[in-house]
Amino acid sequence: MRERYLPLVATITVFVALFVTGGVFYKHFFSTLVLGHILADNAFIIIAAIGTTFVILSGGIDLSIGSMIGFVGVVMASLDTMGWHPLASAGLMLVFGLAFGAFQGFIIDFCEIQPFIVTLAGLFMLRGACFMVTLDSIPIRHPFVDAFAGTNIPLPGGGFLASSAIVMLVVLAVAIVIAHFTRFGTNVYAIGGDRASAILMGVPMRRTTIKIYALGGFYSALGGVTYALYTSSGYPLAGTGNELNAIASVVLGGTLLTGGVGMVAGTLFGGMILGLIATLIIFNGSLNGAWIMITSGVLLFIFIVMQRFLVSSFTLRRAG
Amino acid sequence: MGEATNPRIELLGVSKTFPGVRALEKVDLRLRAGEVHALLGENGAGKSTLIKIMTGALRADEGEIRLDGRPVEIRTTGDAQALGISTVYQEVNLVPTMSVTKNLTLGRQPLRFGLISWRSASALARQRLRRLNLDIDVERQLGSYSVAIQQLVAIARALEDDTRVLVLDEPTASLDANETNLLFQIVRDLKSHGIAIVFITHFIDQVYEISDRISVLRNGRLVGEALTAELPRLQLISMMLGRALGHVEEQAKAKARAGKTEAAPVLEARQLGRRRTMAPFDLSLRPGEVVGLSGLLGSGRTETAKLMFGAIHPDSGQVQLEGRPVLRNSPRHSLRNGIVLCPEDRKAEGLIGELSVRENIVLALQTKRGWLHRLPLDEQNRLAEEMIKALDIDTPDADKPVGQLSGGNQQKVVLARALASRPKVLLLDEPTRGIDVGAHAEIVALIRRLCAEGLALLVASSELDELVAVSDRVAVLRDRNMVGEMAGDDITRENIIRTIAGGRSWTKPQE
Amino acid sequence: MDQASRMTPPQTRGTRLLRKLAGHRAVWPLLALAVILIVDGFVAPGFFTIRIVEGRLFGSLIDILYRAVPTALLALGMAVVIGTKGIDLSVGSVIAVVGATIAWRIHEGDPHFVILLVALGVGLLCGIWNGFLVAVLDIQPIIATLILMVSGRGIGLMINLIYGGTNPSFESPLLQGLSVGHLGLIPTRLILGAAIFAVLWLLIRRTALGLFLEAVGGNAAAADLAGINARLIKYSAYLISGVCAGWAGIILTADTHTSDPVSVALYSELDAILAVVIGGGSLAGGRIYLGMTLIGVLVIQALTTSILTSGLPPEYNLLVKAVVVLFVLLLQSNNFRKAVFSLFRRGTARRGRP
Repeated sequence: MRERYLPLVATITVFVALFVTGGVFYKHFFSTLVLGHILADNAFIIIAAIGTTFVILSGGIDLSIGSMIGFVGVVMASLDTMGWHPLASAGLMLVFGLAFGAFQGFIIDFCEIQPFIVTLAGLFMLRGACFMVTLDSIPIRHPFVDAFAGTNIPLPGGGFLASSAIVMLVVLAVAIVIAHFTRFGTNVYAIGGDRASAILMGVPMRRTTIKIYALGGFYSALGGVTYALYTSSGYPLAGTGNELNAIASVVLGGTLLTGGVGMVAGTLFGGMILGLIATLIIFNGSLNGAWIMITSGVLLFIFIVMQRFLVSSFTLRRAG
Repeated sequence: MGEATNPRIELLGVSKTFPGVRALEKVDLRLRAGEVHALLGENGAGKSTLIKIMTGALRADEGEIRLDGRPVEIRTTGDAQALGISTVYQEVNLVPTMSVTKNLTLGRQPLRFGLISWRSASALARQRLRRLNLDIDVERQLGSYSVAIQQLVAIARALEDDTRVLVLDEPTASLDANETNLLFQIVRDLKSHGIAIVFITHFIDQVYEISDRISVLRNGRLVGEALTAELPRLQLISMMLGRALGHVEEQAKAKARAGKTEAAPVLEARQLGRRRTMAPFDLSLRPGEVVGLSGLLGSGRTETAKLMFGAIHPDSGQVQLEGRPVLRNSPRHSLRNGIVLCPEDRKAEGLIGELSVRENIVLALQTKRGWLHRLPLDEQNRLAEEMIKALDIDTPDADKPVGQLSGGNQQKVVLARALASRPKVLLLDEPTRGIDVGAHAEIVALIRRLCAEGLALLVASSELDELVAVSDRVAVLRDRNMVGEMAGDDITRENIIRTIAGGRSWTKPQE
Repeated sequence: MDQASRMTPPQTRGTRLLRKLAGHRAVWPLLALAVILIVDGFVAPGFFTIRIVEGRLFGSLIDILYRAVPTALLALGMAVVIGTKGIDLSVGSVIAVVGATIAWRIHEGDPHFVILLVALGVGLLCGIWNGFLVAVLDIQPIIATLILMVSGRGIGLMINLIYGGTNPSFESPLLQGLSVGHLGLIPTRLILGAAIFAVLWLLIRRTALGLFLEAVGGNAAAADLAGINARLIKYSAYLISGVCAGWAGIILTADTHTSDPVSVALYSELDAILAVVIGGGSLAGGRIYLGMTLIGVLVIQALTTSILTSGLPPEYNLLVKAVVVLFVLLLQSNNFRKAVFSLFRRGTARRGRP
């Protein structure tokens, strides 16, 4: 087996183990119904995390995800009150996400400022913008939203694939193609694997950096659109802290935080693990939300330390 | 062989100046088709600058480049590649986390309907490797292969169908004998296809094994060009090392040497060594004595100094301080025991550019005192002023960030830091690297003075004449082995060169 | 006046002084602070008045200082960590854990001075954890401290659960005295904050620790060869940050009389980093400016307070902060300055043409 699949296999193993454990302890847990629910509830986070995967694969980071989700929601909701069709406002926000991400990427590359700080400013800016739009939760009343929520594909075993999950799977497929079958995708891996070499091998840094963050912005905006449609509302505090969930999903999905190694498909399972933990805790009843944070912290720790030693064994081999 | 052929590429009268350093001074380089041209010189001789100019990574201040007799402009690496000039750098410049195929096809992947066709990409990769007679699994991560294979993959990437000039920058630096042989077979094959090859190395035996012609650079100037077959080994090493310092220095030294006594050694290495780094060696340093460490680049000079300092952990032997074995050999403990090292690479390992001249100077002394016993500020200033005056460091004041000083003054600051800690043993690795003639003489004089004050000194240097001038004893290194030691009047250029040239083997120390 | 300066024409001397002033790192943050305060002075009459009400100092300036204390503590610790080329993302979560611990121990009926020590101990423990990941396991600081950032608030909630957790509010004269109390005219937290600043300053500048921290941040390899134990020094930075966050946690928890792990000190780590950056600290490490960091904190707090006094909703300060940070960062970027300069030069050249 190729060693680059190792982290992905580890992730899937953890996911399956958790799922089976749930099935052992709780009746009705091991079913497509639960699986469908987890997919639907976490679709928006996974969508945003898919974009983040590219950013992290290139050795960067994007902290503006959560605010983007919130901002997209409130703008869509207030456009709804002005009579816009949700699809039109969604399109507008996707373009905005793309442009905002590209802007961040440009600043990062042109001004040579750490991505962490630039996207942190982005986080503040978008969250502040949320409050400028509205301070309250605004419902989206357009009939399309109900139609969206009502659409689903039945699964064998009584479960169903909700529309948000369908969107997620479609954009995941697109992301896989971008990552593995375009020159841009390969350039992302090259930059994250060895920046200096990538430059020497002729990877266009500025163009690629801008595209990476634009893609990240697009996907987090899409996450925001999905969230707004799924909850049929816009709330200025929505998505707070979701950047951490997205990053955690990427890392649990087997992508190295230092960049260069990982797979977009892993992020799906990383996000699903987080969702599964939340669902297990709900099933348990006596546990509460604190457990979600702690278990994701513990898993994050395990994966990061595992990666650390994977990398050091790797570099040792290279030197020796 | 190519005596008859005209040069494929010529660099004529090329000069390049970096802030404070004249890196190249009117250098000529002529490469002929079907020839392996060895480019030799110590660190800082200007090899890499010359190569960078040829490959478009740098632009020359003056001079001309001609390809097949026509003048050409090379502004970017892209220009060079378009002209058929390819480079393989010393450090494998590929992405180890990607597969061989991805590395070989990055930026030129075959597309189908706008998407990469990995099937044809793999075929392309295999085809590229086949030209080098290499048959490996192209889907595996590059990093999972040995450095030799990685090097060959890098060559495969560099080689285009229309490659006319191939630059190999120290390709054998981390290869063992078998791997080197494999590489050389390929180089010979490429040569027979009419490619002009530049081969940069510091292994003299390899030069004689593979090259047809040799150019030697020293301090940014071309010392000479000759056919390999017509250049005796001794003469080559002599060209690479040393610069005449004049008779005055020699006489001064003879006098200084007369009064030496055989004091007990302060620091002694006994069978000290580390696998793949430096074969076990014995070396003793006595107070009031300068021990020179001579050898070509890559012969283990830096490693010897670092092993004695504890910056490299030995896996055999021990260090003795004043007759007692040192139990914990680390920079921290060495410093406390009065042993200091001035590293060769002052940017990476010596200076802390953000900190001021004063802070850099007091750092080692402060470490020795521990963090609780801070040197009072006026004490720091006094010490800094004293050192600035003693070493003639050119800085407006002691609070200037050290990164803003010129190279020679930076080197003096590193020395000042070492001296300020009041050492018993001073290990100097290339103390005069990259500094101008004036500062050079000052530092040599300083070494003498320190020695007269009873300090034990180890001076590792690529400047042969400098070593001859200052050393009371010289240890000679070849290929990470200590191959000889000489003292007193035996220390001559000729003797050292003969010892360096003596061996045939260029294999690495035992694995 | 000495010979040399008497001979320079006054104009040049003036410009030189001006240039020297403009080059000093303290000028821009101080200028920013001054501008904010002056604008406040115009917008809100009586902004600068300080009265004594019920035996206490009272006024907007005091209010800014008062509110700035927790962020200042975090930022000081952050400045030390950033000086070593690190970062500590976990400080907000540390505050959550400290708050939960305080509520829990009070619920258990511990003596309050013991609780004080326990709270600081929790901060230290978090520092030990982060330091272990960064200095011992060699994990990138951003990644290493992310772990506690993610799980810390959860740990706080768990601690709340230990005693039922439904209503974690408490009364503690000692802790509240330290947080919202007054010593004579002056708020206690200001006095204690100043004391902690003084201790930290002495630790950094009156021992060699500061030099070692900066050496490790500037060039770890060189620091190692100069005999510094780089691991230990890095470790100490995270311990300092942990303890500072612990104290900030005590103040904030006592202030709100409750433990609220989910929302206490949300985004405070970002404020702290921002303060360090505004104060001229480079994220590339190598320098620790404690005093300047305080000015950075005051800039942020003055901004926040001005937004409040101007009647805008408090949430607007996020946007303002983002613009400020972006502006500061752009000014620090060479490429950006070059681009602006060349634009400016082109502009003047065009105007200069007849």
